[in-house]
Amino acid sequence: MYKVIEKTFLQEIVARIVVEAPEIARKRKAGQFVTLMIDEKGERIPLTIVDSDSEKGTITIIFQIVGKTTEHLSKLEKGDSIMHILGPLGHPTEIENFGTAVVVGGGVGIGVAYPIAAALKKAGNKVISIIGARTKDILILEDEMSKVSTQLLVATDDGSYGFCGFTSQVLQNVIDSGEKINIIYAIGPVPMMRVLANLTKPYGIKTIVSLNPIMVDATGMCGACRVSVGGKTKFGCVDGPEFDGHQVDFALLMSRLRMYCDEERQALQNYRCECDGK
Amino acid sequence: MENKEKTVKKEKKEKVPRQAMPEQQPKKRVSNFNEVPYGYTKEMALAEASRCIQCKKPTCVEGCPVDVAIPEFVKLISEGHFIEAAWKLKETNALPAVCGRVCPQEDQCEKLCILGKKGDPVAVGRLERFAADFERDSGNIMIPKVAPPTGKKIAIVGAGPAGLTIAGDLVKMGHDVTIFEALHKAGGVLIYGIPEFRLPKAIVDAEVNYLEKLGAKIVLNAAIGRLKTVDDLFAEGFHAVFLGVGAGAPVFMNIPGENLSGIYSANEYLTRSNLMKAYLFPEYDTPIAKGKNVAVIGGGNVAMDSVRTALRLGAENAYIIYRRSEVELPARKEEVHHAHEEGVQFKILHNPVEYIGDENGWVKQIKCIRMELGEPDDSGRRRPIPIKGSEFTIDVDTVVVAIGTEANPVIPRTTPGLETNKWGYIVTKSEAGETSREGVYAGGDIVTGSATVILAMGAGRQAASAIDAFVKAKN
Repeated sequence: MYKVIEKTFLQEIVARIVVEAPEIARKRKAGQFVTLMIDEKGERIPLTIVDSDSEKGTITIIFQIVGKTTEHLSKLEKGDSIMHILGPLGHPTEIENFGTAVVVGGGVGIGVAYPIAAALKKAGNKVISIIGARTKDILILEDEMSKVSTQLLVATDDGSYGFCGFTSQVLQNVIDSGEKINIIYAIGPVPMMRVLANLTKPYGIKTIVSLNPIMVDATGMCGACRVSVGGKTKFGCVDGPEFDGHQVDFALLMSRLRMYCDEERQALQNYRCECDGK
Repeated sequence: MENKEKTVKKEKKEKVPRQAMPEQQPKKRVSNFNEVPYGYTKEMALAEASRCIQCKKPTCVEGCPVDVAIPEFVKLISEGHFIEAAWKLKETNALPAVCGRVCPQEDQCEKLCILGKKGDPVAVGRLERFAADFERDSGNIMIPKVAPPTGKKIAIVGAGPAGLTIAGDLVKMGHDVTIFEALHKAGGVLIYGIPEFRLPKAIVDAEVNYLEKLGAKIVLNAAIGRLKTVDDLFAEGFHAVFLGVGAGAPVFMNIPGENLSGIYSANEYLTRSNLMKAYLFPEYDTPIAKGKNVAVIGGGNVAMDSVRTALRLGAENAYIIYRRSEVELPARKEEVHHAHEEGVQFKILHNPVEYIGDENGWVKQIKCIRMELGEPDDSGRRRPIPIKGSEFTIDVDTVVVAIGTEANPVIPRTTPGLETNKWGYIVTKSEAGETSREGVYAGGDIVTGSATVILAMGAGRQAASAIDAFVKAKN
């Protein structure tokens, strides 16, 4: 059992949870994730480790409520526990001093971008971070990102805060300004990552994306997380989660992510009915 | 049956026929996940056990990878000492209720039974199952004596058949044993792979429970290679490490369309259904595609498990697509027989060449090619050769690829100096499982490639003695 130490909502549908998992906290590196299973009948879902405290023995996870498991997770309070957490999984982000690194985070993906930006900054990079959300109220981690970035740029789709438009437009501006970019990390909704990868390809700027395919065991056993990279099948869990964005078949990723749409809707509905009944 | 049993004693032993095992009728069982065979009644077990002629040099034992004292336990059953029979089994086999169900006895003990030369061999497997079930149902579970503590700590990586067996052996020798399991439940393939209708999970839980009572510690959610490395285990004070991590990575054919939605590896399909209980969705949260037209690629036991799972999930058409002929099917005869009975359609001498998807990226057809058999290949089986121009399509909405598994690279990658072969399997110096790293032993599928539960158990057994000698010599 893994005890919940803290739970806060960053906005209406995005929550941060701090959980006791001392061994994972000691071992994890930027870019790695866990799979968790809340209770015996639960589903195993992968979530990126956003932060950890090896002294307190805790890990921090940020997630958006998208289905039953994440909604249930958002209802856990301090003192509750999560039955199973497996990790740290996946390859850590390859961190070195590249020179100038741009880290783009969209929506809840900012949570995943944060530890990468922090590690890049620590390694001596000039870190330009671009974070975006649909609207100001749902933008997360602005202060945290600001602390680990040399420069922070913010965009909202509706213009309620920062640049009016998409993160890709902000990135285009950065490129146009003549900034020499050595590497780009793009983490967020699949369409955003696809747009960013398409944008940087002609410039030949190495662009790393962090993929979020459906997983079951997340140890390389099942192949649920198959992604196509450079025409080759890779497993998101053990070969990833980070891949060369210019090689990823995003259309395939999107269609595989939709595999259980109906079941996910049904599970969430049932859960809400149960919760209302109580 | 009762009358038969009463007459047994008067007649010559050979006259008692091999006792059939009652089972759920095919029509009924395809709509549930309950175990197919019911198991012997006491009467049947007595009759069957009475058939054993108690050879002085029992050849059956030679066929058993863990050297079960077969004539002895069968004799105990024939005398009505059912619990004692179970205890006898457990002297050499930590998982008798499992082995009684999933061992290929027809290729092992029963194949070598002297009675089999003229007629039917003694049903060793069914008797093993009977005795183990009898003990478990009685609640009178014997916990054997363990040797005094040696003070040696041994780490077992993987709680599958090899790991559970070696853990039982090493605990009995007095060692301090900890099993590290990556999944959230112990049992390995017994839990995630073999379906409920062939091996009820309550039985696996009971066997794991028994090991814990014996003194083995099990740490779940511990992915060795990620959470800690083999070297970390030594640094923590373990004196030896056994790697029984299985051949966990699924193999695909790498043909066009194989990543379409609705196409699973058998590992995923079975893990969803067995470990995650997706067949009970939405009571359990994990979903699984409940296809109407399901094709399973492959002809082994895993393929049979998958196709029979598909039927139970509601498939109207469930196909086995296999590239050789029925004779070459690698699955146990019993499994093929059960699949036939349940209405599985065998498309033998067929091979998929491409998957075709609908507008949503979901598989809708398999393009297959017909095959014919040529000269024998390296495996001694006749090589399947595609017949040019014979392609055709089968409408499907779910596909399960069950053509085998390969080594998971996580442990070798994170264990410097651990030698692997070109397929990624761990190289061992002898049957005792010594690897290129001192104090590190390995056994089961991670050494041999995909094999059976009992062979992995045999590997665990052999490594146990070697590890015992190794840690004791370290004094």
